Amino acid sequence: MLDTQTKPEPDTKTLLEVQNVCQSYSTGTDAPGSLVLDHVSLRLDQNEIVGLLGRSGCGKSSLLRIVAGLALPAAGDVNYRGVKVEGPVSSIAMVFQSFALFPWLSVLENVELGLKARKVPPPEARKRALAAIDLIGLDGFESAYPKELSGGMRQRVGFARALVVQPDILLMDEPFSALDVLTAETLRTDLLDLWVEGRMPIKSILMVTHNIEEAVLMCDRIVILSSNPGRIAAEIKVNLPHPRNRLDPAFRHLVDQIYATMTQRTETEKSRGKFPGMGVGMVLTRISTNTFAGMMEEIAGEPYSGKADIPALAESLHMEVDDLFPVAETLQLLRFVEIAEGDIALTVVGKRFAEADTDTRKSIFRDHLLTYVPIAARIKQVLDERPSHKAPAARFREELEDYMTEDQATVTLTTVTNWGRYAEVFAYDETSQVFSLEDLH
Amino acid sequence: MLSRFVAFTSLGRKALPNQWDIIALAIVLAIFVAVAQGTHGVTAPLPPPDSSPMELDYWQLPYYGLRTTLRMFAAIAASLLFTLIYATLAAKSRRAEQILIPLLDVLQSVPILGFLSFTVTFFLGLFPGSTLGAECAAIFAIFTSQAWNMAFSFYQSLRTVPKDLEEVATGFGLSPWQRFWQLEAPFAMPGLVYNTMMSMSGGWFFVVASEAISVGDTTVKLPGIGSWLAVAIDNKNVPAVVGAVVAMLVIIFLYDQILFRPLVVFSQKFRVELTKSQFQEKSWIRDVFVRATALRRLMSIPGRTIKAIGLLRLDWVGEPMRRAWGGRKLVILADIVWYAILAALAVWSVWKLAGFVSTELSWADVGETALLTIITMVRVVALIALATLFWVPISVWIGLRPALAEKAQPLAQFLAAFPANVVFPVVVILILKWSLNPNIWLSFLIVFGTQWYIVFNVIAGAAAFPNDLKEASANFGVKGWTWWRNVILPGIFPYYVTGALTASGGSWNAAIVAEYVKWGDDKVEAHGIGAYIAKATAAGDFPRIVLGVAVMSIFVIAFNRLFWRPLFGFAERRLRLM
Repeated sequence: MLDTQTKPEPDTKTLLEVQNVCQSYSTGTDAPGSLVLDHVSLRLDQNEIVGLLGRSGCGKSSLLRIVAGLALPAAGDVNYRGVKVEGPVSSIAMVFQSFALFPWLSVLENVELGLKARKVPPPEARKRALAAIDLIGLDGFESAYPKELSGGMRQRVGFARALVVQPDILLMDEPFSALDVLTAETLRTDLLDLWVEGRMPIKSILMVTHNIEEAVLMCDRIVILSSNPGRIAAEIKVNLPHPRNRLDPAFRHLVDQIYATMTQRTETEKSRGKFPGMGVGMVLTRISTNTFAGMMEEIAGEPYSGKADIPALAESLHMEVDDLFPVAETLQLLRFVEIAEGDIALTVVGKRFAEADTDTRKSIFRDHLLTYVPIAARIKQVLDERPSHKAPAARFREELEDYMTEDQATVTLTTVTNWGRYAEVFAYDETSQVFSLEDLH
Repeated sequence: MLSRFVAFTSLGRKALPNQWDIIALAIVLAIFVAVAQGTHGVTAPLPPPDSSPMELDYWQLPYYGLRTTLRMFAAIAASLLFTLIYATLAAKSRRAEQILIPLLDVLQSVPILGFLSFTVTFFLGLFPGSTLGAECAAIFAIFTSQAWNMAFSFYQSLRTVPKDLEEVATGFGLSPWQRFWQLEAPFAMPGLVYNTMMSMSGGWFFVVASEAISVGDTTVKLPGIGSWLAVAIDNKNVPAVVGAVVAMLVIIFLYDQILFRPLVVFSQKFRVELTKSQFQEKSWIRDVFVRATALRRLMSIPGRTIKAIGLLRLDWVGEPMRRAWGGRKLVILADIVWYAILAALAVWSVWKLAGFVSTELSWADVGETALLTIITMVRVVALIALATLFWVPISVWIGLRPALAEKAQPLAQFLAAFPANVVFPVVVILILKWSLNPNIWLSFLIVFGTQWYIVFNVIAGAAAFPNDLKEASANFGVKGWTWWRNVILPGIFPYYVTGALTASGGSWNAAIVAEYVKWGDDKVEAHGIGAYIAKATAAGDFPRIVLGVAVMSIFVIAFNRLFWRPLFGFAERRLRLM
């Protein structure tokens, strides 16, 4: 406490400070992996909800875990009330995307667990747990087990469990993304009501989300993270009063503005694309060729006629940012679309693809796959060079693992296998795990 | 569903042995040699004072049954304790893991029944002139049949605790002790209960086999069903054999109803799946305890005590260790010390084995045992194949009829637990009566007890076969062989492999007892490594026992790695529904 008083003025209301935090993946080899977070700095003041917005792989969840003291950053500092965070802090509590409830404990026992671990006397723990359950609207479910509850009710337990330890800061890791649309909306509104009325013990909230509307609906400040590596791309203040209306023009304007910011390409991205890793080491996202075709057809058709506003497209395809951006960016990698300033437009080839029959599509896809996806070209080249026209998958997996984590290598290889099969560039036999040029024609 | 719980060490390891496997094998074999040599001098341990000949008095049978059951529980308690310590150590310590897991793999493959004579001699030497030594030996034999898969299951669970639950535990600052009892142990519970159940099923076989054991001239008979049976066999007393069968049936029925049904129901609570499963296991005993208020209150006292112990912080457990291992220099130093110890152990093992092989054995012996093991292997494979051909169609037929499956499933589990060695004499009588070829007819005993694992796993698989796939195949008129080949066999395959794997493990052990069976003074013998070991045991020929057990172990390990592991991998990769 003394520490905070000696610091300059604005710091007195600063709860949390993240300074130049870096984090990297570990690869299969000993070499340091690609950066997930690159010199990220962030401040959390009292009485605000801050949203971390970004796509999967931008390191937003890693950042949240560093703030929670669950992971240590490779470089940089996290300070809570002027004290360095080096492990879990008792006044920072977290709500998980997957709820993370103990299935063998009842609702009440789940909520009490954090208190019991801290040696709160049982009668008091019971009293506080019941109060939290009451606050969050779980009355009557005290003795139920998580598996008996619906998703929304489970996440309420997650909230009660976090609030019962009376934290200053509530961290939320995509708390509503595992819920259906209606349930998520109810839970958001309930949480906002409690927040606005000041009925929760918390002083501020830091939430991770990939849902742009959710961020605008809930947050006072939105921090946009760019991907690969995760850097702070922009910070947007939301000054709309609660309760906010999604149809309010000011609301819509903010959403559009965020979409535009998120589709802006930085200088480095312009030169080497959105994908992490270079050449063969490029990490691919698993997307079905049907999804490609579907999106291109949608953009080619009415009302877009080849060029679409991304928020509108997301709306008409019922896709969230996390689903839509990877598809759009992979299409951009394959030079089927161009993305700029919140718009997505088909290229000439993209238009041709959208209008072509199956065989022509395959042929177009084949050309672009071999030209723009280095690992696909690599597999083709190895198969061509070998007299048997066969190569084990392990050979390529090991090559990929020099550049990326094992999981990323698995996804990348599965993805390129499926694309290659669609394009009829090579065949793959699951049982023997061997690529070959057989069975093609 | 079941295959998730299968704790078979070999499945997780590469086909080709690495240095750790070889060190582990060397250590285990060297310990055998050391124990064999250590007990060599005391070939005639003092018989226990109260080893008066057993009377075949039917009024005593319940008492013998109780003694047998108590031995069983002592062993399972020891196995649980071993599991908690060994598996936790392997899961928490990188160094310990390197050697402990290969060790488990070797131990799981050793036909421990062949080693009974050493343990008996060893324990009798520990407690000369007292039955305690023999009791310990019997309990140890049961323990060695139960502990390995339980420990491995627990280890596997500890390594796969969901990351988000771990983060909650860390976030709330749970101490290592609290974390173990609040998170890790509950998470491991369903797998542990399943494996304990499998272990106990297998255990009855060993309890019967280990109660009456002759080593050379010494015969130890502990009061129990196994000894009763041995006496009945010596006296060619058929009604007494029937009495033993009935007694065993009653015991296993009670154990199933009173202990295991409630345990299975209890363990369902710990499943980490957020939907209610369709299969709800039931237990009337548990219902009685839950409904009767007085009983519930009685049970809540130990229940609450256990809960309270689990919530103690006990920071001195594990925490200081973690801190001590923290420094980088310390880590390197500890590594050096650790590897030095292991290297010393490996050198000692190799030296011990080399000495043993050069003085006591000739290459001819090794060749003979290898050949005999191959014969036994052919027998095991052929019998499992036969059991498969016979039981799979029947089990599928049962499994597809839910009402029937519900009744047949517990029956098959019950039969799997029933110690088949109790009915061996009956088969011997038949073989003697019609002068059948023992090489063929004794073979059936190998799968007599273990075939039920195939039955109940396949029933479970057929019962869990998705209804939409059934409807689709009916809709497209898929029938006959096409239906078997393309629809149901791939559907039940993962379950079948689980059952066949368990059956195969049990069959290797059964071979030791089944290839050499006595009825009074008549001996019926089949050609194979089991008979070799059994005869060496009867003659007190220690070098041959060690050699037989060692060769058999190596074959079992190879068989598991080269046959079951790929098959299991295939089932998991390609044929898992959902």
